[in-house]
Amino acid sequence: MKLAVCINHVPDTAAKINVGSDGKSIDKSGVTYIINPYDEFAIEECLKLKEKNGGDVIVISLGGDTHKETLRKALAMGVDKAVLLKDDSIRDSFAVARALADYLKELSPDVIFFGKQSVDYDDSAVGLMVAEMLGLPSVAVVVKLEVTDGKAIAEREIEGGQEVVETRLPAVFTAQKGLNEPRYPSLKGIMGAKSKPIEERAASPAQIKVEVLGMQKPPARPVGRIVGTDVSAVPELVRLLHEEAKVI
Amino acid sequence: MKILAFAEQRDNKFKKPAFEVVRTARTIADQTGGEVIALAVGSGIQSVASMLGGYGAQKVLAVEDQRLGLYSSTAYARIVAEVARAQQVNVVMIPATAMGRDLAPRVAVKLDAGLAVDCTALRLENGEIVATRPVYAGKALTDVRVSSEVKVFALRPNVFTAGADDAQAAPVERVTFQFAEHDFATMVKEIKQSSGKIDVAEADIIVTGGRGLKSSENFQMIEQLAEALGGAIGASRAVVDAGWRPHEEQVGQTGKTVSPSLYVAVGVSGAIQHLAGMSSSKYIVAINKDKDAPIFQVATYGIVGDALEIVPALTAEVKKLLGKN
Ligand SMILES: Cc1cc2nc3c(=O)[nH]c(=O)nc-3n(C[C@H](O)[C@H](O)[C@H](O)COP(=O)(O)OP(=O)(O)OC[C@H]3O[C@@H](n4cnc5c(N)ncnc54)[C@H](O)[C@@H]3O)c2cc1C
Ligand SMILES: Nc1ncnc2c1ncn2[C@@H]1O[C@H](COP(=O)(O)O)[C@@H](O)[C@H]1O
Repeated sequence: MKLAVCINHVPDTAAKINVGSDGKSIDKSGVTYIINPYDEFAIEECLKLKEKNGGDVIVISLGGDTHKETLRKALAMGVDKAVLLKDDSIRDSFAVARALADYLKELSPDVIFFGKQSVDYDDSAVGLMVAEMLGLPSVAVVVKLEVTDGKAIAEREIEGGQEVVETRLPAVFTAQKGLNEPRYPSLKGIMGAKSKPIEERAASPAQIKVEVLGMQKPPARPVGRIVGTDVSAVPELVRLLHEEAKVI
Repeated sequence: MKILAFAEQRDNKFKKPAFEVVRTARTIADQTGGEVIALAVGSGIQSVASMLGGYGAQKVLAVEDQRLGLYSSTAYARIVAEVARAQQVNVVMIPATAMGRDLAPRVAVKLDAGLAVDCTALRLENGEIVATRPVYAGKALTDVRVSSEVKVFALRPNVFTAGADDAQAAPVERVTFQFAEHDFATMVKEIKQSSGKIDVAEADIIVTGGRGLKSSENFQMIEQLAEALGGAIGASRAVVDAGWRPHEEQVGQTGKTVSPSLYVAVGVSGAIQHLAGMSSSKYIVAINKDKDAPIFQVATYGIVGDALEIVPALTAEVKKLLGKN
């Protein structure tokens, strides 16, 4: 079974976000980068599929040299091969998907995994765009997956429940928290990852269709008030919610 | 501007975000001169589709098939894209719900269109739509312009108003499709409903518990308060990771982004990842025994104290107010 996982390199979720001097993107100084949290679930699921069915797990990241850090993390978790589609240009989801799809077409995996969304631009689009570009079925926001004989039954999260979706392989899936518990890389894995090669390729060029005009911090919330310091404050709180905020 | 608004249904009822999308399309069309066509896809939806006129649709197109009652990404995407092309629309608007977020990227690729997901505001500049969308889980906002000929916007639920100004019925036209088997390459077999609870992502009132509650048993208090308020239950990641609550209740950067009218955070410290998911809520109440907890920085009203004492009293007081005793 050929298993591919597309992974992104994103600012740490604990990072404070400030607007950069161009007024359109974040100020990167002092921001540490991590593997996109949802992509760890995607890697874990493919490693489990490999353990069960045999095969190879290939991770792919599109971006600059800094993405190698995240590819190494995946190698340390135990994937077989890492590919960097090298590209420093600004891309929207469509353009990211285009380059990934061009490479994946050649690779032709049975299962292609993505994270549910990148925690930078929060698009939740790339995986599904790739599926459409490759003419493959997809199930997004997957919390449970069973693969047997070229078929898959996946549970995906929707408002107030789960949809049980049946599809055939090859197919695209996007991973949601709850799918599994990503393994920690072993010391041996970490050491081994340092010497494993990362294949570099040029990313296919693509056109941008969504242009960022500007970025701002959200408006600050008005200063709130402490209503009290014990149970005696409860009636006043309820009065405020009812009469001032009018939410109950 | 000619706009196609996708009107999501479940069980042959339009969802609230469907009305929000049709109404928003109307507002934009009114400013530019243009038409709003609503699209309803399902099995038995046609008979109720004319009501979309009340939200501003000039006409409704209905696509019906037994197999379309439940969502199929492949079939639905084909329908939306082909209708958009046949009607020569400039803009497609889709709710950024679980279904819409699944559908919009495929539709965008089929139409070679740029996609702006999870928009929280739309405005016109020189006759063009500029969309505001939160990024980094709401730690920043971007303004974007879609430059392709056809543009797709997915609108965050609960943000745009849906107001029906009149009960005007729109004419409904049936559009017929010949479906092949591969159109249903994915099929929803069943929907497992989480037992009658309101989903945090859809709720107008949310009561969230954090590690300050001390044990999963104490979440009963949160359940009772949520019930008294008619709201949903949320959870911090710490309590989800501890196995006290299911992950679908997690609010935050790696959980759900919510913006209810009222968000009550109990025993939640207000870590940056948590704040990212909820700080656009209209009113925030924090109950925490640590007066320096970061949650107070975003709270409208706070009580510094022991949640285990305050929450039951709050539930009783709310019940008294709402006459639920
Ligand atoms: C990659 C990543 C992603 C993350 N994503 C999320 C996310 O999506 N959502 C999320 O919530 N977190 C997320 N986190 C975790 C986040 O950093 C915090 O660890 C978490 O939010 C803390 O949960 P908490 O507030 O329940 O617990 P704590 O931080 O332990 O806070 C408990 C609070 O309860 C108060 N307290 C204690 N006893 C009482 C009492 N008797 N009465 C009243 N108050 C009391 C304490 O003063 C304290 O403020 C993420 C972390 C990482 C690294
Ligand atoms: N630059 C990238 N390289 C590889 N995979 C990516 C990249 N950007 C996004 N992805 C994948 O697409 C998913 C969804 O991203 P997004 O549409 O940006 O929210 C991520 O979880 C990754 O799996």
